[in-house]
Amino acid sequence: MGTSFGRGGATTFQQDLQNSDCIVIMGSNMAENHPVGFQWVMEARERGATVIHVDPRFTRTSAAATKHVPIRAGSDIAFLGGIIHYILKNDRAFKEYVVNYTNGPVLLRDDFKDSEELDGFFSGWHADKNGYTHETWQYKDMDTHGEPPDTDKTLQDPRCVYQVLKRHYARYTPETVARICGTEPQHVIDVAEALCANSGRERTSAFCYSVAWTQHTTGVQTIRGAAIIQLLLGNIGRPGGGILALRGHASIQGSTDIPTLFNILPGYIPMPHAHAHDDLKDFIESEGAKTGSWGNMDKYIVSLLKAWFGERATEQNDFCFDLLPRINGDHSSYRSIMGMLDGTVKGFFCIGENPAVGSANSGLHRRALANLEWLVVRDFSEIESASFWYDAPEIESGELHTESIPTEVFWMPAAAHAEKDGSFTNTQRLLQWHHQAVEPKGEAHSDLWFYYHLGKRIKEKIAAQEEPFSDPIAFLTWNYPEKGETADPDAQAVLREINGWDANGRALSDYNGLKADGSTACGCWIYCGCFKDEVNQTARRKPGSEQSWVAPEWAWAWPANRRIIYNRASADPQGKPWSERKKYVWWDEEKAEWTGHDVPDFNKTKRPDYTPEAGAKAEDAIAGWQPFVMQEDGLGWLFVPNGIVDGPLPVFYEPHESPVKNALYSQQANPCRQQFPRTFNESNPSPSDAHGDVFPFVLHTYRLTEHHTAGGMSRTVPHLSELQPEFFCEVSPELAQLRGLTHGDWATIFTSRAVIEARVMVTDRVKPMRVDGKTLHSVGLPYHWGSRGLVTGDSANDLLNITLDPNAHIQETKGLTCDIISGRRPRGKDVPDFMNAVRTRSHLEGQE
Amino acid sequence: MSRACPEPVEGFIDLTSAAAESATYGAEERDRMGFFTDTTLCIGCKACEVACKEWNQLPSDGYEFTGESYDNTKELSGNTWRHVAFVEQMEPERDTGRWLMESDVCKHCTHAGCLDVCPTGAIIRTEFGTVVIQDDICNGCGYCVVACPFGVIGEKQEDHTMGKCTLCYDRLKVGEQPACAKACPTESIQYGVVDELRERAEKRLEKVQQKFDGAQLYLNDPNDGVGGGGSLFLLLDKPQVYGLPPNPIVPTKDLPQRWRTAGIAAAALFGAVVLCAVSRR
Repeated sequence: MGTSFGRGGATTFQQDLQNSDCIVIMGSNMAENHPVGFQWVMEARERGATVIHVDPRFTRTSAAATKHVPIRAGSDIAFLGGIIHYILKNDRAFKEYVVNYTNGPVLLRDDFKDSEELDGFFSGWHADKNGYTHETWQYKDMDTHGEPPDTDKTLQDPRCVYQVLKRHYARYTPETVARICGTEPQHVIDVAEALCANSGRERTSAFCYSVAWTQHTTGVQTIRGAAIIQLLLGNIGRPGGGILALRGHASIQGSTDIPTLFNILPGYIPMPHAHAHDDLKDFIESEGAKTGSWGNMDKYIVSLLKAWFGERATEQNDFCFDLLPRINGDHSSYRSIMGMLDGTVKGFFCIGENPAVGSANSGLHRRALANLEWLVVRDFSEIESASFWYDAPEIESGELHTESIPTEVFWMPAAAHAEKDGSFTNTQRLLQWHHQAVEPKGEAHSDLWFYYHLGKRIKEKIAAQEEPFSDPIAFLTWNYPEKGETADPDAQAVLREINGWDANGRALSDYNGLKADGSTACGCWIYCGCFKDEVNQTARRKPGSEQSWVAPEWAWAWPANRRIIYNRASADPQGKPWSERKKYVWWDEEKAEWTGHDVPDFNKTKRPDYTPEAGAKAEDAIAGWQPFVMQEDGLGWLFVPNGIVDGPLPVFYEPHESPVKNALYSQQANPCRQQFPRTFNESNPSPSDAHGDVFPFVLHTYRLTEHHTAGGMSRTVPHLSELQPEFFCEVSPELAQLRGLTHGDWATIFTSRAVIEARVMVTDRVKPMRVDGKTLHSVGLPYHWGSRGLVTGDSANDLLNITLDPNAHIQETKGLTCDIISGRRPRGKDVPDFMNAVRTRSHLEGQE
Repeated sequence: MSRACPEPVEGFIDLTSAAAESATYGAEERDRMGFFTDTTLCIGCKACEVACKEWNQLPSDGYEFTGESYDNTKELSGNTWRHVAFVEQMEPERDTGRWLMESDVCKHCTHAGCLDVCPTGAIIRTEFGTVVIQDDICNGCGYCVVACPFGVIGEKQEDHTMGKCTLCYDRLKVGEQPACAKACPTESIQYGVVDELRERAEKRLEKVQQKFDGAQLYLNDPNDGVGGGGSLFLLLDKPQVYGLPPNPIVPTKDLPQRWRTAGIAAAALFGAVVLCAVSRR
């Protein structure tokens, strides 16, 4: 999303789905995992919209959809490529939108080579580094005469993006795609036609996706596939259109906005690199952009530094830029787990997660936890990640011994959301405040309390040392008002700091007020405005019945309370609505400003015919008809020259583990995928390898409405536990017959990582696929169970392998391979014996 | 205050009709309130089951994997007052199909068998026309269990009294809607004045029937065997597919006739005895 449109967030909001004429839900089981938001899909359906669910299983979402299309797990890019093929072959793109608002007309360099020419690779591939360099992906002549780039508005030039795209997807015909996906060609045509028929001036279509798109070794590229479709059909920035990223659980959007990620600072500012960024000027020059909103990088970073270091940050000391931590490589979650196993990571704060159940290859995670010096777990109950040292499956099997685990576990009770003030940033970039209803019980405290007081204690200790290395901590502003007996810091004061203030200490009203001279402070530039007029805007709860359907006075959305972003695109290049039916934001000639149902995502007074002068900077360089203000060229990117590591266009690769060969390229899987080959993280062989047939079935994991992720918040609640009390596997009657599985009885499922057992659910809702002429079965596993709680069971995640998408470092959980047999799994010391036999059969002993 | 309840139907004694019973509240009588459960909008999220248990402080019914699709609470019981049924109906080629979901609940019948047979007076008709068990009066005899044609009532784990949906009587008293309807994200459970719900259900059926042949209303007819329900349903298939009786009849329907017959028999017997005594003289 970020690379295609400029911001890493859903382009629309759930309530807007009611305006859609066609909704494609793919890579998401929205009805089950986002039931509250799904009401707007139902509303659209009742108004006559076509609702299509593309998914390997027939789920509760499929049941509510007007059409279900079964496809094989991990074949999404092929399917999306088929839709792109259909649009381009039949000339169904929304041309006026594509020509003016996307980089479709832009000419590419002559030395750019497409994956169709190089059998699954783009130009710039370096086999020795397992990665790409990006020079050949750039626009033609950009380096010689600067912007704007050469274009062909007729879209006929063979080097223009539109034509490159056409050639790139020429082989993704309905027949080929159907063969790969295990579906019918007519399904591909039907979905493509539904999208085309419901797009254009008068109609709009929306995509909804979730973690079944992101959790692949090609996750980011899958989302890119939808971005291309939506740009070609003119559905971004318009009511009823867009791409709705449905986040995995509460405040996941917030956890990237104010990040828990290693490589970004608040507001998607990159984390400085140890070697690439010597000083602030250097950082701004290399990470900012000359044009577009990132042209204001200096204002964002300086204001952030002022928020963090206060008076200490001055122009003379580079606003304390030197005191920010630096990265020097990949420090992502899974990389850190490997560090724990290798003994280089010695301590771990485990908060808001339960990796011993919830992370891919949870067995490897338990082994990692068992190799730490110390571990802090903050949760409502003693989850598996806190109790692994005495009740992990590896203890039972004799592979780990309690007495030889050195980890000192600090298990601390955490306050629940109703026991503390704070905000959630939900799936649609909406910040919603929650007020404390009751005091936390016993020794439970809010997370804010924990970090604040931990910080205070560290600062006290550091202050005594007076060493230069203590400056990053000693200089931090750390003085929020405290309240109550427990001295809980005031969460609203934190929100106000995030919003930021001007030179007089008054709350800023939006990010346009930020300055690079150190006179403003702002903890997260995209959240600037959430405390406008000294009012907590996120706590607004004006009922929907008392305002427009957009409900701008319900909570607050970033950026600047915009609910649909890039909404300049809801008007034509001249600023008029594309149609009366899809009117949203438009240019009011009389008042000489942008107006409409939402906050315009555009400079309010910039005329639609505004043409930037040569050498214009930042937002001044964006023309009046270019809606994607975050992008350097103001355009939606069909083709991504920068910012994505595994290719400028999505290519279909098989999952890392797959029972079939890639039908399109010799290159089987994403060549850039991030792998961690090591003992206990072996990969099942795929067909072109020897013994590629040992694990014949597709394995995919998912969630159920009744439970919450790794179960820490649901397996402890009787009213939820009784609704799905046991771990089960979903299989077709055909697979049940093949393997002698009995409905309601037990099955043993295994990969080269682990062996687990589950109750058998034989259901007609699962159908074997015909893939490339052969029958392919799948085993579906909900992953909520572990060893603790009211209802217990084996963890599906034990079976998974850790192999990641190279952009987002997200694991592949939705398409692997496995085998299944009838009956219960081995117990105790029989487990390692069983696993050794499996490894021998797959000839994996030497795989390191 | 309008009298929302239908007039008693021929064949029933007045005392078992919602209208007559609610009327005893005089000025405190309220519109008859109920549910319209539109199964075409249900997504099977079970929020109704959870909200019901949370509000009414009901325990779990046990942790048993049934294998019956996604239904593990199986049926309405003393501890489960909302229950979502799951029915898988895939087409033979299995690319398409239906997965029917229906949130079941007490029907709050116009002629309520449970109320008729309750020997302690624990079961009452409220001022909202709903049927409620007062757990401080119920002695757990279980007569109501067999008198319910839908199998709604069961024993509560906690105190061995009988339990079923109260239409959240305590919430209604303070102007709130029942917990299940409040929690339902898709308006599959609609709460309102029964007369209005019946009209809404008719209109909805007309629309749904254009797409689904088998669509039908359940307990919408005041002339059916229970005098119509305070809970109405729009189903996509026959009631029995969802585990609902197709032609429910309140078991106390023939009670007046039986009393009449018994009265005649008693009179005849008395007459015979008198005659006998007289003739002996």
